[in-house]
Amino acid sequence: ITEVCGAKRVGYFGPAQFYIALKLIAAAQSGFPVRIESIKNELPLPRFMALKNDTEVRYGTPAEFHGVKFQVPHATSEKNSFKRTDEGDKQEPKSPPMSPICSPPASPSTYQRIPLSYGYGKARSGLEQQHGAPYEVRHSAHQQDGPSSGNYGAKSALTCSAPNRSLSVEREQQDSSTQYSDDPWRITEEQRDYYVNQFRSLQPDLNAFISGSVAKNFFTKSKLPIPELSHIWELSDADCDGALTLAEFCAAFHLVVARKNGYQLPETLPETLLPEYLQAACLKPMRDCALFDSYPEPLPGSQQTREFSRTEKSSAEEVPDNSALLQDGKKDNKQALKVSTTLKAIPKEFQHLTVKAAAQEPNALRARPRSRSYSSTSIDDAMKKGEEPPTPPPRPQKSHSRASSLDLNKIFQQNTQAVKSGWLPPPPPALPPRPSVSQTEQPSEVELHPQMNRPPSQAEENSSAKKEVVLAQPPSKPARRKLRTEAQGLETPELSPTINVTSSLPAVKPHLPVQKQSSKQKRAIQTAIRKNKEANAVLARLNSELQQQLKEVHKERIALETQLEQLRPVTVL
Amino acid sequence: PSQCGLFCSQNYPLYIRSVPTENELKFHYTVHTSLDVVDEKISAMGKALVDQRELYLGLLYPTEDYKVYGYVTNSKVKFVMVVDSSNTALRDNEIRSMFRKLHNSYTDIMCNPFYNPGDRIHSRAFDTMVNSMMMQVC
Repeated sequence: ITEVCGAKRVGYFGPAQFYIALKLIAAAQSGFPVRIESIKNELPLPRFMALKNDTEVRYGTPAEFHGVKFQVPHATSEKNSFKRTDEGDKQEPKSPPMSPICSPPASPSTYQRIPLSYGYGKARSGLEQQHGAPYEVRHSAHQQDGPSSGNYGAKSALTCSAPNRSLSVEREQQDSSTQYSDDPWRITEEQRDYYVNQFRSLQPDLNAFISGSVAKNFFTKSKLPIPELSHIWELSDADCDGALTLAEFCAAFHLVVARKNGYQLPETLPETLLPEYLQAACLKPMRDCALFDSYPEPLPGSQQTREFSRTEKSSAEEVPDNSALLQDGKKDNKQALKVSTTLKAIPKEFQHLTVKAAAQEPNALRARPRSRSYSSTSIDDAMKKGEEPPTPPPRPQKSHSRASSLDLNKIFQQNTQAVKSGWLPPPPPALPPRPSVSQTEQPSEVELHPQMNRPPSQAEENSSAKKEVVLAQPPSKPARRKLRTEAQGLETPELSPTINVTSSLPAVKPHLPVQKQSSKQKRAIQTAIRKNKEANAVLARLNSELQQQLKEVHKERIALETQLEQLRPVTVL
Repeated sequence: PSQCGLFCSQNYPLYIRSVPTENELKFHYTVHTSLDVVDEKISAMGKALVDQRELYLGLLYPTEDYKVYGYVTNSKVKFVMVVDSSNTALRDNEIRSMFRKLHNSYTDIMCNPFYNPGDRIHSRAFDTMVNSMMMQVC
């Protein structure tokens, strides 16, 4: 087999050789002689021990479907993808691409591009030039676009006698046919998440329906002709109730997307788009939703790339693709995006192939795309120049507007060393409100004293112990002073710590970056604000209590006065 | 040979399908003429029967023998079905069930927001259904 497929001659297994080899394996397993001619027959998938048969079976049908499908546009014949045209010259072109597409999914170690190029290799050998050339072109175009991995190097030797006519469309189809699962009707995780988000934008409740008119407006934006949209609706609205559930919506959206990328609409809903099938899938947690929501719009044409690595494309590509749908995606951009996405996709493939090889269940596939999408998103995001990085960018300053005690904890833990060395975070902003407080609090200084001590200590509780030790003293001192008498008396003891702080600050300054200093000041201000608020609360309580006392005293007074009145006539008399 | 026609309330055709496609024009004519009879029947009935209505013509011409059945919906959409009289195995119940199926499919089409009432029906699902039904009859 190695010799026949040409690997010996070339010296390595390039994609062409690999595909021929696979085909020959299938032939051999079916009992055909190992010769080039035998691969022209319709062969079952080669059986590899590592594989589960159901995978082959599962991929067989959609692969056929799509094999025939992407033949049709090239044949430029009347399209019914399920019907084989009876033209003789179509038979042969159809069968080799079909079976190549069947076999690659069966082999877990194939890259995503392999089915494609396999098909094209076969197409080259089996087809007339007009059919083969576009495939070659597409494939080699892929080659050129993609990163140069060793395997693809062989393919780059292909001649590009490319008709430029709808090249990008062909590429898209080619890409779509190179699904890992070889099924453009299968919705990937990223796609599903995007669809779900779109659903949410139309209808917040995921369990509710989208009404017909709403859906109509939405899908009309995709600029597909109305009859096609009508057909898509027919296909996706399985229960024909005039409204779309989430699953139906996903199916419809998926069909729109597929149609936008040149796929012929099927006569019946593919099984992967059936609502029951999608229900289970749609109920999965929408992890990447947040990522998708704010993805930039104007990256069109990633549809092909979506198809291309259905299980591997990042969310970024999905979203721009679908938004492109809504915005008349341009082919140029498609190509550009394809280039970029292939660059991303290929490295991913290497990583994930082994993962995929391990288990071929649909669930496993679904699970893996999730993990893959995470990894791919990071790169895609990098590609997008961090427009939407998966992790928020590190905060520029540890301090920020929100004064959270946690931050303070961190800060003060950071500062414990500095504190130990005698450096204080400045408490000065806490000063100003206090004088006013002191004026109202004079009468019951005993009462106030513990209370005043409480707020500062409360404030200190939140911070680290060090701070408490350090700051509790200055606040308590001012509190005592306030209770005594003057406001000015307050200022000085509080000022002194601040003076200490400020004096220490310059000393610290050379050591600390200016940013940190200002941030520490901010934090100090925030703590001061908090303290003031607490003090305000305490004072308000005090106020109310005193008011109560006042009322009681008033009552007593009134009672006494009435008594006096009663008694007075007696005394007068 | 059998034919199926769907006409809106203004009596222009929304859908016409013949199973053997020869002599289609004749069938078109037949269907159109039967519309007059249907209209007659509608106006004759004071309260329109919500349920299936049937129009049995029997022999229209001595040379041709076919039966024309009619059916009207609440919205005055008329279904007309022409079947060959030689197909004597076809019973009334079967015709009724066929009309019921037609009506259901038509309802499904109406549910499609992209369908404007009064448009010609291009739905592939509808075509499939009609085809399968007419295959049974022939």
